[in-house]
Amino acid sequence: METRSENVPVGSPPARKPSRGRGGRTIAPYLFLLPFFLIYAVFLIYPVLAAFRLSFYESSGFGGDTFTGLANYSRLVQDSRYLEALKNTTVYALASVFILSPLALLVAVAIRSFVVPTAAFKSFYRIVFFLPFITSFVVIALMFNLIFNNDFGLLNNALSSLGLPTFNWLNNERVALLAIILVAIWTYLGINALYFLAGLQNIPEDVLEAAAVDGASRLQAFWRVTLPLLRPVILFVVVQATIFSYQIFEIPFLLTAGGPSDSTLTLAIYLYEVGFRQFDRGYAAAIGYSIAIIAVVLAAIQLLAARRFDR
Amino acid sequence: MVGNKLQVRLVQVLANAMLLFAVFLLIMPYLYMISASFKEGSEIFSLPVKILPEGLYLGNYELLFGETNFPRWFLNSVFVSLSRMVIAVLVSIMAGYAFAKFDFRFKNLLFVLVLATLTLPIYVLIVPLYDMMVTLGWTDRYVALILPFAAQAIGVFLARQYLLSIPDEILDAARVDGATEWVVFWRVVLPISTPVMAVLGILFFTTAWNDFIWPLVVMTEDSKFPVALGLPTLLGPYRQEYGAVMAGSFLSTLPIIIVFLIAQRRFIEALTAGAVKG
Repeated sequence: METRSENVPVGSPPARKPSRGRGGRTIAPYLFLLPFFLIYAVFLIYPVLAAFRLSFYESSGFGGDTFTGLANYSRLVQDSRYLEALKNTTVYALASVFILSPLALLVAVAIRSFVVPTAAFKSFYRIVFFLPFITSFVVIALMFNLIFNNDFGLLNNALSSLGLPTFNWLNNERVALLAIILVAIWTYLGINALYFLAGLQNIPEDVLEAAAVDGASRLQAFWRVTLPLLRPVILFVVVQATIFSYQIFEIPFLLTAGGPSDSTLTLAIYLYEVGFRQFDRGYAAAIGYSIAIIAVVLAAIQLLAARRFDR
Repeated sequence: MVGNKLQVRLVQVLANAMLLFAVFLLIMPYLYMISASFKEGSEIFSLPVKILPEGLYLGNYELLFGETNFPRWFLNSVFVSLSRMVIAVLVSIMAGYAFAKFDFRFKNLLFVLVLATLTLPIYVLIVPLYDMMVTLGWTDRYVALILPFAAQAIGVFLARQYLLSIPDEILDAARVDGATEWVVFWRVVLPISTPVMAVLGILFFTTAWNDFIWPLVVMTEDSKFPVALGLPTLLGPYRQEYGAVMAGSFLSTLPIIIVFLIAQRRFIEALTAGAVKG
């Protein structure tokens, strides 16, 4: 499409493409774009730019704003609560990449490795795996609030009946973040398994058969054939997991409110507190930009690393 | 060969066991939520924890409908989600159509601009957007939940993708018959776009229904809350209506699950194409 640009001569016959280059119609595409771009410009582009400006100002929302240059950003690296949030969010992201993603792959391989008996069975799995993904974070948090209950929760009861140690999950700063990570694994396991499954189904059977003929064991075939062919899907899952990990808000906000003693404070919760409880708006804008920058940089690093790896 | 067969068998049994365990873990919280919604408070907080309720106690539902704003929250969510969905689908299809079927100046530039914001986190703009709502006097008004997020890059992207596959001849035939561009869009493009509209509709409805942080910021009046914002307030410092909260969680998840069961294929397409949640 890009090659056919606007330099079509005015006098050229309109037979092939009557939709372009004719006076009365040239305005049409802009009119079709107008409603979208109106909303987009007012409620997205403008606030994004306004936030950029705001992040260089000291602004309490009550008086005038004062320009402070990079003060908000340099404050970020000295703010122990921000660094704590950054650490927690990073731990969460690492768990998403190194625990959740391999688990999801394992589930996908398990589904693939045995013949699912009937179509009904197959769609049952699909529904179950999709359920957490379509359930709101709020409902998930409310469900797990009860499950993590110290005395009457499902988890501690299951643990103690197995003779394992129990924890006051949401009130113990040593395990609260782990509890949040468990919820994340529960939420995203199914959907990521479905992504991997789609990838596995795209690998032609005969490639694996050829490997078997050449004497490769199942494990060897998995490492040497399946995994490399799966690389695009792995990359997709890992990039997604990273980007969304740095935005986590609802689950820790509703389960622990970032506590106890900030052990589950995330960047987004901190932004909410700074921006909407302390009304330190310039600083909140800087935190918001830091979230976006971190996500973009990490995604770029992963994409570049994958490219290098490909050569 | 026999050993190999046995090994395959063993792997299959293990894989099955693991999957069934995963399925069990995934379903358990839902079963527990539904079960707890039919339990009295004293039964929820008693040992040993039972998965099935002793009887069908309906008090939580009575409380939810009689003494809380839940019915109002639910209707708020229906209204807000449907409105945002209709607007978002329509503007996405229109813009997608322009990008797919017309050549015009700045086309590539505009499209790149749209793509650049595909995964833009809300946190980048939430502070000034809130200021804007205050200035416009939109806080505690439904329009604040409907309009600001009605222009979604993913919508334009998917609509364009779909419409690229529609042959120009269909559009040209209508034009030859003398139809104006607007009539072509309304009579030809929209009807053809039903599949992509279904996908986008599901995506936008679900994200609007599940929205939390934005309503949390702009809505303060209890009766204007969407259901996702209202439910957690039942677990305040002064009341701990766990049963009612579970009942409300169950009822608020039901519409999404029903749509999912009806349009499973489109639903999966919508959420995996978008790969967006919350």
